[in-house]
Amino acid sequence: MTYLYAAYAATWIIHIAYLATLLSRYTRLRNEIRELKTVREG
Amino acid sequence: MKRAFPILAVLTAALLSFALYEALVVAPTDQLQGDVYRIIYYHVPSAWTMFIFFLVNFVASVVYLIRRNLKADAVAVAAAEVGIVFCTVVLVTGPLWARPVWGIWWTWDVRLTSTLVLWLIYVSYLILRRFSSGGQMPVLAAALAVFGALDMPLVYFSIWFFRTQHPQPVVGGGGSTDPRMLHIWLINWAAFLCFGLLVFWSRYRLEVLRREVEEIQAMESLREA
Repeated sequence: MTYLYAAYAATWIIHIAYLATLLSRYTRLRNEIRELKTVREG
Repeated sequence: MKRAFPILAVLTAALLSFALYEALVVAPTDQLQGDVYRIIYYHVPSAWTMFIFFLVNFVASVVYLIRRNLKADAVAVAAAEVGIVFCTVVLVTGPLWARPVWGIWWTWDVRLTSTLVLWLIYVSYLILRRFSSGGQMPVLAAALAVFGALDMPLVYFSIWFFRTQHPQPVVGGGGSTDPRMLHIWLINWAAFLCFGLLVFWSRYRLEVLRREVEEIQAMESLREA
């Protein structure tokens, strides 16, 4: 059962880690858009 | 799609939970392998989903090479990334199943080795996209993707053409799979495919947004100059 749980856990760790990288890239882009808006308005 | 996304995400989460329940509770225990065989309810659907995304990458790369369509290029990069994630799952869950069943984590058998090569090809595709610049980069990446896709039939058909340690195919392999097992496989595949499509859509939107921001930044730099 250890291998079974390890495999299922590893699957979700991989997917969640990837989703976290997507989220961080979205956040970085949103900050860049905000900076661009500030530059344009300023 | 933007409005439907949260609803689809909730439905996918429900389907994934149901698929997990079916795999862990409902599926019959294998007479030879015991419960550890349940790993294949994640391993096989992940492999099928991986093939679909690498196929999308191949088609989008061909479209880009023919028409220089930027949307096709964005689809290609998003599909490659999601495909790599599923390929990683395949390469991690496979050895976790092999250790208790075969007694070894890994063997340099054709199916396993060609899958590892496939993973390396798409990782190099992403590295090429990440660290090279210039107008020719998407063309080079698309060409690499087209050549890389040649490994896919080798991975898929290796268990037919070569003597391998890897088990025979679940569907169409001539074996006798319990219909309940096949049913649960398909439920898990549907769940992972829905999940993969949602992740792919998010990655595609991110790519489109990133390109828009880069374009605006370039225009701003030109204006300042």
